[in-house]
Formats: sequence, structure tokens, C-alpha cells
Amino acid sequence: MEHKNWSGFKGSAWKDIIDVRDFIQNNYKEYKGDNTFLDTTPTKRTAHLMAKVNELFKEERARGGVLDIDTDTVSSLTTYAPGYIDKENELIVGLQTDAPLKRGVNPFGGMRMARQACEAYGYKVGDKIENEFRYRTTHNDGVFRAYTEEMRLARRSHVITGLPDAYGRGRIIGDYRRVALYGIDRLIEEKEKDKAALGITEFKTDQIRLDEELFRQIKFLKLMKEMAEMYGYDISGPAANAKEAIQWTYFAYLAAIKEQNGAAMSLGRVSTFFDIYIERDIENGTLDEKGAQELMDDFVMKLRLARHLRTPEYNELFGGDPMWITEAVGGMGEDGRTLVTKNSFRVLNTLYTLGSSPEPNLTVLWSNSLPDSFKRFCAKVSCDTDSIQYENDDIMRPIYGDDYAIACCVSAMRVGKQMQFFGARCNLAKLLLIAINGGYDTTTGIHIGPQMKVMQDEILNMADVMVRFDIYIRWLAQLYVNTMNVIHYMHDKYAYEKSQMALHDTDVHRFMAFGIAGLSVVADSLSAIRYADVHTIRDENGYIVDFNTVGSFPKFGNDDDRVDSIAKELSHKFITELRRTPTYRNAEHTLSLLTITSNVMYGKNTAATPDGRKAGEPFAPGANPMHNREENGALASLNSVAKLNYNDCRDGISNTFSIVPEALGKEEGERVDNLVTILDGYFAKKAHHINVNVLNRETLIDAYNNPEAYPNLTIRVSGYAVNFHKLSREHQREVISRTFHEVV
Amino acid sequence: MTGRISSFQSLGAVDGPGIRFVVFFKGCPLNCLCCHNPETKAFEGGEQYTAEEIVEKALRYKEYFGNKGGITLSGGEPIAQPEFACEIFKLAKEKGIHTCLDTSGYTLNEDIKELLEYTDLVLLDIKYTNTEDYRKNVGAELSEVLRFLDYLKSKKISTWIRQVIIPTLNDNEDNILKLKEIIKKYPNIEKTELLPFKKLCQTKYDNLRIEFPLKDTPEPSSERMKELNSIMEKS
Repeated sequence: MEHKNWSGFKGSAWKDIIDVRDFIQNNYKEYKGDNTFLDTTPTKRTAHLMAKVNELFKEERARGGVLDIDTDTVSSLTTYAPGYIDKENELIVGLQTDAPLKRGVNPFGGMRMARQACEAYGYKVGDKIENEFRYRTTHNDGVFRAYTEEMRLARRSHVITGLPDAYGRGRIIGDYRRVALYGIDRLIEEKEKDKAALGITEFKTDQIRLDEELFRQIKFLKLMKEMAEMYGYDISGPAANAKEAIQWTYFAYLAAIKEQNGAAMSLGRVSTFFDIYIERDIENGTLDEKGAQELMDDFVMKLRLARHLRTPEYNELFGGDPMWITEAVGGMGEDGRTLVTKNSFRVLNTLYTLGSSPEPNLTVLWSNSLPDSFKRFCAKVSCDTDSIQYENDDIMRPIYGDDYAIACCVSAMRVGKQMQFFGARCNLAKLLLIAINGGYDTTTGIHIGPQMKVMQDEILNMADVMVRFDIYIRWLAQLYVNTMNVIHYMHDKYAYEKSQMALHDTDVHRFMAFGIAGLSVVADSLSAIRYADVHTIRDENGYIVDFNTVGSFPKFGNDDDRVDSIAKELSHKFITELRRTPTYRNAEHTLSLLTITSNVMYGKNTAATPDGRKAGEPFAPGANPMHNREENGALASLNSVAKLNYNDCRDGISNTFSIVPEALGKEEGERVDNLVTILDGYFAKKAHHINVNVLNRETLIDAYNNPEAYPNLTIRVSGYAVNFHKLSREHQREVISRTFHEVV
Repeated sequence: MTGRISSFQSLGAVDGPGIRFVVFFKGCPLNCLCCHNPETKAFEGGEQYTAEEIVEKALRYKEYFGNKGGITLSGGEPIAQPEFACEIFKLAKEKGIHTCLDTSGYTLNEDIKELLEYTDLVLLDIKYTNTEDYRKNVGAELSEVLRFLDYLKSKKISTWIRQVIIPTLNDNEDNILKLKEIIKKYPNIEKTELLPFKKLCQTKYDNLRIEFPLKDTPEPSSERMKELNSIMEKS
């Protein structure tokens, strides 16, 4: 197959089948130079448009975090009239609703959630939507029809929380590039072929379900075309130039976020793909460097405007109004060439041209073999903006190939070929307490799990505790898998991601992503039980409600194998137990050590633990060591986290690292060099992920007291970045109390 | 053999080139008014480690050293336990680790000379440039430090000179000019760092329940540091 818009592009396999990777490999131009080609100052047009956007952000803040809600329209691809910031000046167009920052209502996950979200900001869901959904089953309705009594108890006692049973599951990345490369018509044609091939041999539940899904995918591909037409674009064929490639890709992404309010709506890996079009245009003389940066600026500006309507409870879990528009940048190819292009630099440069920002969630795929100039540029951007995170390409590439992307914070998947069923996380620290108390949760008063006697020892004994804990881990693992099966069965049934799955291969590989919160709390607690004397303190009914820990014990975060091995073995044990229970659609079990900001809420709902953590105190985020227990400095802490095995935690191991600038080096050049060396070292140790903050605690304290003075202060939390001012006061305090590595 | 250690810092980015594993020795015979590690002063206490254990710890961070970093012995005063320090550096060199000695150079003896055989870089803290000040504020002899520096020159050992700038004590032009005079004579000096006096250590003094002698001395302003640095750099 040929198309005039492909002229100049090399390779042939990608023309015959849908294969964006093959197109990239045949056509991209690696870039090993430095950042001097970039202009960090925005053009007049960009500056003018960004000023308008900043005004809107200001207004949004002034109105308590939500600028406006359209309460009469159900969010979908073509339900809103076209929206603009400033039509004449926009290079890339398209908004979720008919006006910037106006949020749409998406009741497909659950009607109650939609109502609560509106009410939280002083709005009310309109009668039109209420009527439309009166006789309609939502995802949330479906889940609660099927939940068992034990599943409800697990939710209520907070031993499993944050489950996507009332909102979109997200974590699915459509291959939005396909629309630019092939155009909608070709994609429909391929899907129709797949559909026709079904039912020839076996035609049972799986095939019939897929058949219907394909019907819906095709319908939404057609809607995507209609949506673009409303903006005056015909996306039925391939994009003809860089501007169109970015616009087509953005339309596809826009369709996804109009249709779905998934927790994480990640973008994928588009920068190097765009670079191919940009290079072709520059060669043809139709685009220059300034124009290329402007296109990226405009695209990124649109991404920064994306919003979903959330409830206060949701914000407690995932603070800062995030979308996780994660873009994976850089990495190496399987053939040894780097996938870094000039456009990898340009996308990072938007943090200068438009100012620092948490979205899109720029994620650098770090490899020891990345060009030095790119490493240095990334480190400089980190020091200047605290807006990027790093993930280890050298451990992911052998598993996912060289065209994978990151969903949410740390979940790797091959773009367009793999997806995941998101499963939030369970509270392992609470589980330990439930085990010690023989199936009783002291914070909620709920009896749950196998019922046995409360442990009778005055001083807890490691061997006995582990026998107990193993029983409860086995019980919870099974319950957790089954709960997830219910959720994703119902999500597929009532809130299937039509647009996004249309941009996947029909035969897709599924992961089911489980998670652990409180790993460092449990590791330290078990270490305390083993190496110190943990005296139990009981309430009047004999339940253990507190501990008096006497003596010292090794703590996670000090590169001490005695406790680090406990953490490592726990994660291994948990994934092994999860694998015993089969999953919906035969998804592959994976595990993450990632909390987002929910570590605060998990801590709040958990009684005192043997490590000395008091009742209600926050957990450390993700796989981080507990706050201020690190005695040997930052690298010891990184080494402890690096010991956790990625093969046990394929859904990602999140680590957040904060350091004051002076502790990283005396001057900027030194700091950049040292940060590069730290990243090289950490990833050489096979670590998976790191968030880097280079800032002073005093800055945060000042921002806490004078939020209006820091409208753009961006910090990395667990796996993503936030505007500091958008966090709740509680989350802000927790961030301030974290370990900042300082000069000694 | 074993030595007494106060603590470790796995990420040292300000004590020598690149990323360094810093070992804080226990014990220092000097009495600097500005001491920012008072907990390392006494020779008693701390923890006993063998040189092998220390190098084994350092090796855990080898991946972070890149082509510049390595191990730094600081303190306390590492040359007050010279045989132990020497043992550490010997083993470190065997493992290909860059060695850096952070010292006052208050004395020189055969054991210290042996230690310097295995030292790639010396960070020499010249606290004051005149004899009386040195004696009064440190409790040792400047001439000894210069003798130490002479020896470094004779052995062609790379050296970085450091000086903590303390308002009212040494933040004057005269001191900087004298420092420059000294530096001129030593081709082995690669770099000079003027470090602003910091009072972060106040909490350490509070925890130890001892008075911080400079508790009322202000930190130097960044403008003053710039001025002194420009005098330093002027040729």
C-alpha cells in the first residue's frame, strides 16, 4: 500500500500492516548533539497564548480548583461544540469541552461519583443527564451487584483501597500515533478485517465479546473522524506534515479523554515519532526550528489543559488533580542506536518555553548508553524544574522491546500491543496487624479474614508472626485477585474503552496490576520483631493496639541486607501468592510498589506498627524508606530500593528522591555532572524508577505559608509531579516532613 | 586492624571531585572554634570497623563514582589514626577507587607519610593564614601545616586548599592575599575553595549539650563571599 503523504518515508512492512515501530525504526534520525540548538524563550505567539492559559489557571485556583462544569452534557467525542483558547493563534486545536478548563461530566464509571463531584464544587448534575442514566447500568452498579460480602469488608476496612470501582480504570495507552500515520479509514479497514475473521471456528464467550468490542471500536473510530470534522479537519487519511501529525495524534488522545475519565490517561511515546515528520518538513523547507518548537509548545499547552472531574475522596488518594499524561522520552533501540532525537530535547524544552509544570508527566527512559549530552540536559532540567522522572530502559527494553511506554507512573507496556487492568493497592501494614490480631482490624472494628486467637505473646516472636502473616497473605492475595476480576469484568461490560482499544492490536496482551502500600513499614516492623524486643500493648478486649519497641533494629534505607532482604522477600512472596489465583481474561499478574499520594490515607487508616510508626502517621510513598530513618545518606537509601527485584514488581517500583541543591554540588555544572553519575549508578544497580527533586525544604515551607507566591512550584511525588499548591494541606505537610538529603 | 568511625555519608558531593563515599573518623586533637562536626571530636565512642569493612562499604557505591568520584576520609581528623587510614587507602587503591584525604595537616610523621603514598588527592584546610590566629582559634601551629604542604609538594600530591570564611575572624582581604601568597609557591595545588561558615551544626551542639563557640557569629553574606572569591581569582 502507498499514500502520497508517505513520500520520502522508508521501509515497507509498516505500510502493509499496522506497525508504528517499524515506521520509526526505518525513518528516525538519532541525535547525539547538545541542547544549544534550542531556544528557551517562547515566540511572541506562544507567550501570548501561554499568558492566556496562565490566566485561566489563576482563575481556576481562585474558584477552588474547578473553573466550570458543563452539567448538562455527557462527556463523549462529539457531544461538545469545538472549544478554543484563542482560535486565530492556536496551531494545534481541540479541547475536552467547548471551553478551556470547563470540565465535563462522565457518569459511565458511576452516577453517584458524578453527582458528588459536581456537588463538591457547588454544581448539580443536570436533569438531562440524570434522566439519561436513570435506566442505565454503570460500571459502579455492575461491580456492586457482584461484590461478595468479604470484598465489601475488605474495602470498608481499607485493607484494599483505591480500587477503580467507581471511576474509569485508566492505565490504558492507545497508540495515538496510528491515526497520524495511517488515518482513520485504514484503521477501520483493519479492524473490519479482524472482525470478519471471528466466528469462523470457535465462537464462544471470548470471541463473541471480542466481536462486540470490535463493533464498538469501529463505531468510535468513526466518531473520532466526526470530532475532527467539527474542528475543520479531515483525519480519514494519513497526516501530510508535522503539524498534521501532531494534530491527528492529539485528536486521538483527545477522543480518549473525552470518552474516559480513567485515573491515568497516559500519552505514550510520541516525541521521536513526531521528529520524523519535523525532520521531513525541515528538509523540504516548510518548517524551521522555531516553528518546530512552537508546534511542540502548542501541543504541550493543550495537554496541560486536560482535566477530569473528581470527588474529594478521589483527591485524597490521588492529590493534585493529576491526569498522568505520561510521555516516555529517550531510551535506546534494540539495534543499539539511541531513540533520542532533537524532538526529545524539544519536549523537555517546553519546561522552559512554557515554564515548569507537572503535566505532561515527562518520563525519561534512562540507559547507560544514552548520549552524554542528553543525560546532561535531562539533569539540568531536573535541577531547574523538578519536573521529570527517570526509569530504567536497560531493564525494561529486554522485556518490552524498544517501543514501550509508561502508563501512569511506572507501568511499562508495549504501545498498542499490551494493556493493563489497574488494581490500586492493598495495605500490607494493616494486613500484618490483622494477622497479629487474628482477623480483626482495630481501626474499624471489622472482623475479616481467617478467624483465630489474638497472638498471646508479651514480646512478639518472628517465627510465630511469620507463620500467621503467611496465612493472611495467602488469604488476601486470593481475595484481591477475585475482587479485581469483578471490577474488570464489569468495566469491560459497562465502560469499555472504545477509542483506546481501537488503537490497539485486536489481539492484545493484558496485565493485571496489583499493588502494595506500606512495604517499608512492614519491612521495618518485621526487622523490629526480629532484632529488637517488640512488647505488645493491648486494649481492654485483649486486642493488640500498640507496641513498645525496645532496642535498635536495622531499618530499610540504610543499605543493610538484614532488613532489605525482608522487603525483597515480601514482594516476592506477595506476587507468588497472587499468581495462584487465575485472572479475568487470563491477564498476566504484575505487582507495583507505588502509592501515588495515597500513602497519607493508608497511614491515616492504620493503627500503630511495631517499627515505631504511630497510629495514623503516613506511610512512606511507593517503595521509599520511611521518613528520616536513613542514617547513611542518600545513596545508601537508593541502594536499599535498588535491591527490590523488578522481576517481582513488573508494574514498577517507585522511589522519590529529594535533595537540597548544595548537597548535590557547589555549582550548577557540578550538580548536573553529579546527578548524571547518581542516575547512572542507581540504574546500573538495576533499580527501576526515580523521581528527582532538587530543592530546599525552606522553599516548601514558604510555599506552604504563602501559596499565592508559588503558583508554578512543581514537585515530584510518587511517580508523578504536582503543583505544590494543588495538594491538600495534609499532603503538603507530609511532603515537607520527608527526608531531604542535606550537606553534612 | 580496626579504627573508630563516627559515621558514613554515602552521597558526598562536596568533599572532593564527583560523588564520594565519605568516612567520618572519630577523634580530632584540634580545637577549632568553627568545628561543624563536634560529635566527632572525642576519640572515644563511635563504632569500631576494620579497614576491610570500610572498603567493602565503599564498594557498594562504586557504580555511582563515575570517572571522578571515590572515597573521602574526613572526620574528625583522619591523620590522627594514620595506620588505619593507610590500610583503608591501600585496599581502596587495590580496588581501583580514587582516594581523597580531608585533613588539617596539623602534623606529619612516618605513618602519615606512608598514608600519603596511597592518597590521590588531599583536601587541605588552611584555617588561618597567620600564626597567632591559628594558635588562638585552632590550638595548633600553622608552621606544621605548611610543613605538611611542603611534603605534599615534594611528593607531587594533588591538593585542594580549603578555607572556611568566618566573619570577624578571617573574612578580610589581608587573609585572602596571604592565602594567595602561600598558594603561589605550590604547583601541586589544583584548586582553592573558600567555604562560607555555616551554622547548621548548632543543633549538633545542642544535642551534645555543649556551647557552640561561634553561636553569635553571623554567616558571611553571599556578596561578601563573591568579593573574597574575586580577590582570590584576581591574578
